[in-house]
Amino acid sequence: MDFILNEEQKLMIETARKVGEKFGPDYWRALDAEKAFPTECWQAICDAGLTGAMLPEEFGGAGLGMVEVALIIEELCAAGAGATLAQIFMLNPIFGGVSIAKYGTDKMRAEWLPKLCSGEMQFCMALTEPDAGSNSLELKTSATVEGNGWRLNGQKIWITGVPQSQKMLVVARTTPVGQIEKKTQGISLFMIDTKREGLSHTAIDKLGTNTIPSSQVFFDNVLVQGDELIGTLDKGWHQLLDVLNTERIVTTAGLIGAGRLALKLGADYANERRVFGKTPIGAYQSVQFPLAQHWAELEAAKLLNLKAASFFDNGLPFGSESNAAKLIASQAASAVAERAMQIMGGMGFSKEMHAERLWRDARLFRFAPVSEEMILNYISMANLGLPRSY
Amino acid sequence: MKVLVPVKRVIDYNVKVRVKSDGSGVDLANVKMSMNPFDEIAVEEAIRLKEAGTADEVIAVSIGVKQAQETLRTALAMGADRAILVVAADDVHQDIEPLAVAKILAKVVEEEGAGLVLAGKQAIDNDMNATGQMLSALLGWSQATFASDLKIEGEHAVVTREVDGGLQTIKVKMPAIVTVDLRLNEPRYASLPNIMKAKKKPLDEKTAADYGIDVSPRLEVVKTSEPETRQAGEIVPDVDTLVAKLKEKGII
Ligand SMILES: Cc1cc2nc3c(=O)[nH]c(=O)nc-3n(C[C@H](O)[C@H](O)[C@H](O)COP(=O)(O)OP(=O)(O)OC[C@H]3O[C@@H](n4cnc5c(N)ncnc54)[C@H](O)[C@@H]3O)c2cc1C
Repeated sequence: MDFILNEEQKLMIETARKVGEKFGPDYWRALDAEKAFPTECWQAICDAGLTGAMLPEEFGGAGLGMVEVALIIEELCAAGAGATLAQIFMLNPIFGGVSIAKYGTDKMRAEWLPKLCSGEMQFCMALTEPDAGSNSLELKTSATVEGNGWRLNGQKIWITGVPQSQKMLVVARTTPVGQIEKKTQGISLFMIDTKREGLSHTAIDKLGTNTIPSSQVFFDNVLVQGDELIGTLDKGWHQLLDVLNTERIVTTAGLIGAGRLALKLGADYANERRVFGKTPIGAYQSVQFPLAQHWAELEAAKLLNLKAASFFDNGLPFGSESNAAKLIASQAASAVAERAMQIMGGMGFSKEMHAERLWRDARLFRFAPVSEEMILNYISMANLGLPRSY
Repeated sequence: MKVLVPVKRVIDYNVKVRVKSDGSGVDLANVKMSMNPFDEIAVEEAIRLKEAGTADEVIAVSIGVKQAQETLRTALAMGADRAILVVAADDVHQDIEPLAVAKILAKVVEEEGAGLVLAGKQAIDNDMNATGQMLSALLGWSQATFASDLKIEGEHAVVTREVDGGLQTIKVKMPAIVTVDLRLNEPRYASLPNIMKAKKKPLDEKTAADYGIDVSPRLEVVKTSEPETRQAGEIVPDVDTLVAKLKEKGII
């Protein structure tokens, strides 16, 4: 088995590290406090050509695979951002990019993908509703035919990145539940403007990932044009899953980067801080061992994530690997950020030391985009052949 | 005009250097290696000359172990047009001395018909600060060292040099060797599209023997040792105590 990175992959990692280091932990700390979007950082990532790594070359991408995407994101996140930067990759190249590249029209591809890669356009994705989270097939948002298009009504929640995006991928019912056999039928995808009559949104006050707002979104008779449908009418569910599947690989890559950063902050502090006499606290095994434990967990999660990415790139099923990697990475990243705070004692509680921000941000990924419990449900059924418990 | 840029593979500047237990040198096994930072500045300057239309072609050259191919690939990904690898060592611990490097470079310059050599002022591993100067002597070309600004004006290069106490501007006749200092420019990073393009750019592989140059060492490293660890500081309440302490230690 070949674990050796090729020359191009090494260079990409190097570029990602350099771009990431231009926007180190202090940059993110300041933006976190201001609740401001990392505009300059995202632009630099786009300028370096990293945004479109796995999008088609003819539309401004690099035509690479998820392995490269995972390597790039990990390195960017490890340089200072932590896990939240990976979300901007989810929103743009994944939710926007993959949906358009795979299911969009030629016109959408030609017009939007180059702008996505250059940073001129941003995207968000609206699936979750107040009564449809883990049970997303319960979604109630509806699109009813009017003329050549549709009228959209309903409510979404936790939609991330709405204010800075031009486009929103909306998941809606186009055929009511009563008229279909299975709930997976009658669902369609639309790519609409975020600024449009009848569409309103309000930001949710939240614990972390403050540089990218999450909002409640209301659709009050929003007009959808006929050419804004992405994919196949009424058959959008499986196409959506196909888009969302790669999201897990991106999430995990970000968490591994965040974990590496927390490990470094913790170890650096432990090497310097002396409490009793001349011995640095890093010499105590009770300080070392948890960090060593998390290092091992993160390495294992990284390997599993790259396996998932490599399977994806080779057209093989990768669901079990990507889910399991995300499970371990989210737990390890949360735990190592928490441990870094513990190592810093009182200073760990200070925003200046960054560990608390990494901890707040990493915590999200234990229940989103998919919760630990739902991953365990999945593994129980798909890998262990156990009955569905819900 | 062709610009030749020699680039050296050195221990990454972020790596905490460890001396080998036998004191024979720095441990380079499984250590991250990168392009010498001053050479990155030289590559950047060469690319800018090409972008400005002053240079037609930028050629990167590295002399050392086979792995220096990665360093050359970095130069190509930044924007150099092609690269030449001169394999002159098998062991990563074998440093090729400045004179041997300069002799090989002189041959490459002649073979390529280069009109300008842009080199780093020194390599951060052994800080020799000699290759550029030796090359200029071997070729009989002008030299301008420690450049913090470079302009090509017809038959001349106008170079601002960082010297003790300020800046000195000199005008040298082309062809010339210019060695570059830290403040000349801020090197770009390789964008993803350029990384992919670099894969297809030509990289020739040669050996020191192809140029008839003997690279066996002339210098003997007697001993390498770690710098002394810093002593713990002491906080004093006022200037008087500070002065008293300094006197006590015989510093003033
Ligand atoms: C900051 C943030 C950003 C987000 N961004 C987006 C976005 O951009 N777009 C979007 O569409 N959505 C987004 N989401 C929504 C996210 O995907 C959902 O929060 C997630 O899917 C979980 O759904 P829920 O919150 O409704 O939890 P619920 O589904 O209500 O789950 C509550 C708890 O019950 C557990 N549970 C439920 N069913 C079972 C079961 N059968 N067995 C065991 N345990 C179970 C869950 O694991 C969880 O712990 C975001 C959420 C957050 C917090």
